[in-house]
Amino acid sequence: MTHTRIYVPRDAAALSVGAQEVAEAIAAEAARRGTAVEIVRNGTRGLLWLEPLVEVVTAGGRIGYGPVQAGEVPSLFEAGFLEGKPHALHLGPVEEIPYFKNQERLTFARVGITDPRSLKDYLEHDGYKGLRAALALAPEKIVAQVTDSGLRGRGGAAFPAGIKWKTVLGVQAPQKYIVCNADEGDSGTYSDRMVMEGDPFVLIEGMTIAGLATGATRGFIYLRWEYPDAKVALEAAIAAATEAGYLGADVLGSKRAFTLEVRMGAGAYICGEETSLLESLEGKRGQVRFKPPLPAIQGLFGQPTVINNVITFASVPIIMDKGAEHYKNYGVGRSRGTLPIQLTGNIRHGGLIEKAFGVTLRQLLYDYGGGSLSGRPIRAVQVGGPLGAYMPESQFDTPLDYEAFAAIGAMVGHGGIVVFDDSVDMAAQARYAMEFCAVESCGKCTPCRIGSTRGMEVIDRLLAGENSPRQEKLLRDLCDTMLYGSLCALGGLTPYPVVSALNHFPEDFAKPRTARAV
Amino acid sequence: MGKKSSLRVIPVKVEPLSALTAAERTAVDEVCARLKSLDGPLIPILHAVQEALGYVPRDAIPVIAGELNLSRAEVHGVVSFYHYFRREQPGRHVFHLCRAEACQSVGAVALEAHAKRSLGIGFHETTADGAISLEPVYCLGNCALGPSLMIDDRLQGRVSPQRFDELVARAKAGS
Repeated sequence: MTHTRIYVPRDAAALSVGAQEVAEAIAAEAARRGTAVEIVRNGTRGLLWLEPLVEVVTAGGRIGYGPVQAGEVPSLFEAGFLEGKPHALHLGPVEEIPYFKNQERLTFARVGITDPRSLKDYLEHDGYKGLRAALALAPEKIVAQVTDSGLRGRGGAAFPAGIKWKTVLGVQAPQKYIVCNADEGDSGTYSDRMVMEGDPFVLIEGMTIAGLATGATRGFIYLRWEYPDAKVALEAAIAAATEAGYLGADVLGSKRAFTLEVRMGAGAYICGEETSLLESLEGKRGQVRFKPPLPAIQGLFGQPTVINNVITFASVPIIMDKGAEHYKNYGVGRSRGTLPIQLTGNIRHGGLIEKAFGVTLRQLLYDYGGGSLSGRPIRAVQVGGPLGAYMPESQFDTPLDYEAFAAIGAMVGHGGIVVFDDSVDMAAQARYAMEFCAVESCGKCTPCRIGSTRGMEVIDRLLAGENSPRQEKLLRDLCDTMLYGSLCALGGLTPYPVVSALNHFPEDFAKPRTARAV
Repeated sequence: MGKKSSLRVIPVKVEPLSALTAAERTAVDEVCARLKSLDGPLIPILHAVQEALGYVPRDAIPVIAGELNLSRAEVHGVVSFYHYFRREQPGRHVFHLCRAEACQSVGAVALEAHAKRSLGIGFHETTADGAISLEPVYCLGNCALGPSLMIDDRLQGRVSPQRFDELVARAKAGS
């Protein structure tokens, strides 16, 4: 065998547990043995507990080994991993691992499989088919297809993407913009990062289609500073796409322009809120704007702007390629298509699971997740980021569906699930929710700016046992004010984790405490 | 940009007072010259200044404000709004320790206490030897492999207190 191909992820999560050292060790060991290998740096498959997950291309498919540490590389060579032979870390064909096999990968079809730096690899795996289909259509038809697919904004608010696009298409303006919200600040989420690092071209393609659909010729990707690897991946892909004529003044000879720039955020959770993000892109403090006017009518620099999350844009190419019906056939109720679910926190098998809407929390936590990492019972999960509700075991049969979650005072959000075992102190979590809001509030509206600090103080008094029933009443009243009186979702949803903790885990607020545990 | 052209440029330009060193001043001028023609140039300029100098010096603010025809207050307001922009020289390495929920569920609270105790500093502080600055961060996007820590721009996962100590030793030895 000459030139065996080996995949070692370059995804930040894989790098965080030693993938770079593993890649270097494989190259060194191969050189020492005089064996020819080709190391491809792919994205991650999303089986994160197996990272660094090394794959070897054999006649029997891509055989996985993991989690591999650099020190184990010589033993892998010794065991004959280049031929896919057994070893303690041998996982068999990666695509047969149930966690991976049982997913419905539409948006993530290529992530972990292709070389994210290679436009050629992208094209060989159905890349840019969506753009080619879109180029043959009038803008109205593209928008209609996105609308018909039922795609809703994957950032968390779940607003129908097609309606936003239609508004922008219908406005006359000298300049329109496409803005990608890549300020993925919710704890328990990384699907945006995985796409940007593992398949950046799909985001570029989706944004280009949005440009064609609405008449926008310029796009910005607003990326959080915490994702330096994604920045490198995106800039390499933008350069390659521009070089090959997929971006620029004349996209694929269509006489239509679309250019793209990456802009870095600077550590402000609030900039994930769309109007703050636009303020930030304009070079201002990331303070929330009043709506109306909607960004679709007066967005970036006062011009009509489509602003969507990474996953929303990245889902568009497959919709244009395979049709609205294909996408719509996945899912339940009004939640159509698939959701990239991120299983995180205290979980044995953490990772990314792209599934059609409708899968239950229990299936995710136990069938996929394998229970908690610590081995203790799972007591609570927080779904939808730091503004999502804490859900107790009695709600684990809720299907992932925007409406089903809303009905029980919870939210799907960006699809992040954070798992806590029975050692969690839910009163401390409630206090943290208020603290986080105080740290990250933009300061524009009073319920959020001041309510969050008062919220911490009330929880402290409640836990200290200073007339607790009264403090609880006050806390609930404060939460009500924040919920209905805040300008945006930060102040408006911070009550979700607080009130859900109070409702479902009251015993944690009644515990006698000598010193505050937080 | 419709918005930009509608701004009336006041032709009088006063050289702002500045206590920057010659090298710092050159760096700030170079960044402004390179980036000021961008749409919405302020945040890219602040990033580039911080990348060049390690922080955004107070005296860089009037220079940037002058270049962009903004008030000092506007630039200061932006610098102070964003957690990432620092107004003081950091240590040789910056440790951003994740405080968010997913990391909390696997021991981030204990790790934070360990980090502060072993380094002898709190958040937003730098060790006496100038080696390490410690900053909080709210999610690094590594939530299945927490607790997470970013050292400069390198992400670390599954950081136990023991691993933290190793990473500190390595950072100190390497700098």
